[in-house]
Amino acid sequence: MATFKLTINGRRREVTVDPSTPLLWVLREDLKMTGTKFGCGISACGACTVHVDGVATRSCIVPISHVGERPIVTIEGVGQDPVGRAVQNAWVDTDVVQCGYCQSGQIMAAVALLKSTPKPTDQNIDESMGGNICRCGTYPRIRQAIKDAAMQIANGGTR
Amino acid sequence: MPRISAVLLVSAIVFAAASGINVVRFANGQNTGAAQNANKAQGLAAWEQVYSVLTHPRCINCHTATNYPQQGDDRQRHFANVVRGMGGTGVPALKCAGCHQKTNADSTGVPGGHNWHLAPLSMKWQDLDDRPLSSAAVCRALTDRAKNHGLDGPGLLKHHEEEPLVLWAWNPGRRPDGTMRTLPPMTHEQFVAATRRWVEAGTPCPAGN
Repeated sequence: MATFKLTINGRRREVTVDPSTPLLWVLREDLKMTGTKFGCGISACGACTVHVDGVATRSCIVPISHVGERPIVTIEGVGQDPVGRAVQNAWVDTDVVQCGYCQSGQIMAAVALLKSTPKPTDQNIDESMGGNICRCGTYPRIRQAIKDAAMQIANGGTR
Repeated sequence: MPRISAVLLVSAIVFAAASGINVVRFANGQNTGAAQNANKAQGLAAWEQVYSVLTHPRCINCHTATNYPQQGDDRQRHFANVVRGMGGTGVPALKCAGCHQKTNADSTGVPGGHNWHLAPLSMKWQDLDDRPLSSAAVCRALTDRAKNHGLDGPGLLKHHEEEPLVLWAWNPGRRPDGTMRTLPPMTHEQFVAATRRWVEAGTPCPAGN
């Protein structure tokens, strides 16, 4: 066991866990931040996506000992950011969600995309979101919501 | 008549001497040529050792000609729809660094290293059907300074000696099932020594396509 000092959604948190514990387990089990979902456990589906130092990261396969001092943003905190807020608004307006299980990962991925590519093409969206699986098949609405969020941001920000 | 004989004799001596010199000069040329050939042969033999490492899955999986990396000893397409992206580092929501950390994560089986990324397309060592290119083709690409970021022979040697992702091939960590990933067919020290012999021989490349 070892103690790790983390910065999550701007707050300092401290956990004492086995260094090999994946970040996802720390979030869900130790910190009770259950917005981030367990999907496949092998980084293949994207449900567990969070941002580590701005990089969309599969938290199910990153041991907590590899995180270091890098700030973490989860679905609970992404709305504090203008791009995150725009994406969440677009998700609601477009009624993207069906069962919803994958959607926190989808939103985190979409925010990462829009932060680096403010006007994404269909190819940009397909490539960036291609690693996030939705069993309900909400992909057309995800695509539309990303475009709507991009337009919302370009037109002066969020509600 | 004696005078003519004397002239002929002198001429013969001069001719013989000159011929002798020519023979010596020719012999030296043969020696030089033979030495060059032997040096080139040694260089080519060293290159084949280098090539055997470059085409090992730990190396060639990230030297694809396609829009995706490969993984595993069977060199399958990387799962999760991972694509090359700008600079070979993936795309915004699916960056290499989103899974591959700075070191191997043996508890989860994810390999890691500094600045994990695909090699540029100019350094592709496979064709579009994921078949390794020939020894001659890889050698030509590797020694083409327009394709290899301007590296000369010593630069290539330094790359093989020090580049973190090259070194990773000999410390590839564990698979998700806990078993060790396979290693290239020789040690890193042997690989560097082979590269050095190849560079010292002038980086010769095999003939052919």
